[in-house]
Amino acid sequence: MRGRDNAPVFATHQDGLRQRTLVPQAFSLTDGMMLRGFFGKLVLAVAMTVCLTMPARALDAEAVQGLASEELSDRIAAIDAIAAAGDEAALEILELLYNGEVYVTEEGQVILEFDEIVDAVTREPLDPEPDYYDSVIVNNLMRGKLETAIASLSLLSDDRDTRFASAQALERAEDPKLLPVLAKALKSETDPEIRAMLAQTKSVIELASNDPTVRLAAATALADSDQRRVRELLAAKLEKTSEGEFIEPVEEVRLAAEDSMKSIDRRLLLIDYLGRLFSGLSLGSILLLVALGLAITYGLLGVINLAHGEMLMIGAYSTYVTQTIFKNHFPDAFDFYVIAAIPVAFCVAAAVGMLLERTVIRWLYGRPLETLLATWGISLFLIQTVRQIFGAQNVEVANPSWMSGGVEFMNVVMPYNRIFIIIFSFFVLALVALMLARTRLGLFIRGVTQNRTMASCVGVPTGRVDLLAFGLGSGIAGLAGVALSQIGNVGPDLGQAYIIDSFMVVVLGGVGQLAGTVYAALGLGVFSKFIEPHIGAVLTKILVLVLIIAVIQKRPQGLFALRGRAVEA
Amino acid sequence: MRQAVLKEDGGNTAHGDAPDSVASAPGQGDTTLPHTGAMQYAPKTDPFLSPAGWMTLAILALITLVIVPSLFVFVPEQSPFHVSAFTVTLVGKIMCYCIVAVAMNLVWGYAGILSLGHGVFFALGGYAFGMYLMRQIGRDGQYQSDLPDFMVFLDWKEYPWQWAFTDHFLWALLLVVLVPGVLAFVFGFFAFRSRIKGVYFSIITQAMTFAFMLLFFRNETGFGGNNGFTDFKRILGFPITEPPMRATLFALSAAALIGSALLSRYLIRSKTGRILTAIRDSESRLMFSGYNPLWYKLFVWTLSAVICGIAGALYVPQVGIINPSEMSPANSIEIAVWVAVGGRGTIVGPILGASAVNGAKSFFTQSFPEYWLFFLGALFILVTLFMPKGIVGLAAQVRKLLRKERASEQSG
Repeated sequence: MRGRDNAPVFATHQDGLRQRTLVPQAFSLTDGMMLRGFFGKLVLAVAMTVCLTMPARALDAEAVQGLASEELSDRIAAIDAIAAAGDEAALEILELLYNGEVYVTEEGQVILEFDEIVDAVTREPLDPEPDYYDSVIVNNLMRGKLETAIASLSLLSDDRDTRFASAQALERAEDPKLLPVLAKALKSETDPEIRAMLAQTKSVIELASNDPTVRLAAATALADSDQRRVRELLAAKLEKTSEGEFIEPVEEVRLAAEDSMKSIDRRLLLIDYLGRLFSGLSLGSILLLVALGLAITYGLLGVINLAHGEMLMIGAYSTYVTQTIFKNHFPDAFDFYVIAAIPVAFCVAAAVGMLLERTVIRWLYGRPLETLLATWGISLFLIQTVRQIFGAQNVEVANPSWMSGGVEFMNVVMPYNRIFIIIFSFFVLALVALMLARTRLGLFIRGVTQNRTMASCVGVPTGRVDLLAFGLGSGIAGLAGVALSQIGNVGPDLGQAYIIDSFMVVVLGGVGQLAGTVYAALGLGVFSKFIEPHIGAVLTKILVLVLIIAVIQKRPQGLFALRGRAVEA
Repeated sequence: MRQAVLKEDGGNTAHGDAPDSVASAPGQGDTTLPHTGAMQYAPKTDPFLSPAGWMTLAILALITLVIVPSLFVFVPEQSPFHVSAFTVTLVGKIMCYCIVAVAMNLVWGYAGILSLGHGVFFALGGYAFGMYLMRQIGRDGQYQSDLPDFMVFLDWKEYPWQWAFTDHFLWALLLVVLVPGVLAFVFGFFAFRSRIKGVYFSIITQAMTFAFMLLFFRNETGFGGNNGFTDFKRILGFPITEPPMRATLFALSAAALIGSALLSRYLIRSKTGRILTAIRDSESRLMFSGYNPLWYKLFVWTLSAVICGIAGALYVPQVGIINPSEMSPANSIEIAVWVAVGGRGTIVGPILGASAVNGAKSFFTQSFPEYWLFFLGALFILVTLFMPKGIVGLAAQVRKLLRKERASEQSG
């Protein structure tokens, strides 16, 4: 009670208090998990700055005493009162309180524990030391309060990151009491990003103001937002109560809110599309990597290699082994294990592929259906072998540090590992295209793909070309395995998840031209990701299959098939 | 013995076409390969079955339709002549697989269409009959509701449209035939019309299988999602786990197996059958002779799917469960290996193959579960490499080898 007397500002907001109490709760329950960790860091950062600059001791003794109260409302009022002082001493004690390092003696004296036990206000050592003292109880409600208070106090810090962090923490605050702090911070803030965040927070709070002109200005200002939450707030303004009256009585405010809402909607839609485009490209580039090798072997030999997925798996496990070797022997260079894994995975997968070609597939040329079955057998064999060696559980492949995290562009977070894969797959594509166009082996592969008999007649060693091309296709699959290991689980069944999709790419794109594979892979990837949010992943797969069958009705050999005599082979 | 055979065959082939020679070209080197030889259609003059064949058939029919069911139902358990419920279920299950193999053989062995989607037709038949079985549970489920447990669990208030009339036995039987049949017809029509064949067709059917599996994994599809249907109680009011019902299902499976085998024998001897084998051996030549392969392919493909559906409907009440994993692409490919192991293009081959592989599967999954995949994988590879005619053709293969050896001994 005393705390409230000292802070008359609360008296006027008495009604608001109950409403407001809801906010920090939601804050700490729903977003608490994320914010807690963030706050830990923030508090630490602020604590360090505070420790460096000796705090001015200007704490209000009565406000601090309120923390000792048994009543929750008193303790909350005390927090508000301390925060109202707005100086560094206040910030320090609030952080200590947040960390549970403010104590109360049996007599009700509020104390802190540094090297010795001191009074919280005077910082005088206590003599004699109390026998028994306990932390001030901080429940979720208070925690929410504290988070807001600490964030608003650290808004004025000199450190940009601290200010950014606290602006971020305040984004969901709806306490009108913050308005003066926000206004003060906005006045001095120079960083445009932080300014935008603060301005939005301010407008959101002002949207609940009693003054229609303030509400109107706020509703108009919120048009620049790109957050769904803000849109919902605006939408709430347009709703009617159960009595059929508008929640927002002033029509201009409603109109402004509606306009702002539309502009947010447009922005959200754009962001949404950008996000889908990115994930579509990401999926498409993976499909491209997987299907590239498949298209080469299928185009060349006319056989479907159902063990192709297991080449992915072998590539991914090669990455895992490389990672383990780096971890054990070259921990300093751990960040570069992925680079080392690329040639390793290529060679291992290519070697396995060539071995299979020599031992199994070669003897089945001319019997494509049997080849299909035999390669399925091989895939079962490889899966079980890997299970025996590495166990049936997934193994852990960590991202190197330069690949974790992501870049944010217009609110779309693009993880570095996905960007890496997109670049990587186009790099591989370029290499393969160069190889096919410029090298002797590439010439042979193209020749044999187009007309095997004729190529053989003019002296192309078709058998060796088959072997090398099979190795190449498998090696590319191994590379795809490296890429997949960076974004998903690595387990014995890894290849099975991608194999059918990549076959669809080959069926759609046709064989004999890289362009077909590229268009089909990216097209399928982007198409799937655009459709998925509307009808779900499963129906998307079915729709894709139906569409492919429909496309094949018109173009039986795929969209971009070679024309001419080679086609019927 | 087999080891020697394998080695010798491998060696021969290696000598036959040098690795880099022209002969390894696809579509050309296969003249020497046993693609057509052993799988000739039966000449018209042949009797439908030889007297010995009829005799064997009669004995088998007597055993499966009369003797085993009676031994199971009427002979007391203590008696050494009693057939256990386990055996009856296992054999009944394998007979259902055999029916699927016979159906697969129709399209693959005779028409040369390798389907990797027969598991779907099988499972669809099973689901169609499973709906009836679920309805027969009545209020005996966990939640004592009129609706199946999984619907109560999902808080559904009434049956979705797919379940309409499934409480009628005859409608359920009709669905068993109609659902796989219609799916096969529509899918096949579009696939065959655009002349998708060979591996292309196989891959498309595999994608279909995958899509169906995903579809049935969803709860919203209305077929129990992940868990599928289980906990069946009765058929036509008779309890499903009691010996008489089990014996009936066993006998029905046997009858269906014999029926489908005879049907495929009949079909293959007909004119349609000859055209089907012609499609397998040279589709282009058939087209040049003025035939449109579309309808023949579509007919045999749909028929095969329907047979699979019937097998599925017999399978589900015997094993007591159906769930989407039956539709996994792996299961469908396994069907192909049953046929390959037994011998394509023969009547008994698929039946032998399905029995052998599934017998081995029961053995392995009980005794050495971790080696089953090795065994299956090896089976796929070895059979395609060294036993193109399967078990049925093995004797002829061995004879040929021996003859060759003797010839080389004499000349050398």
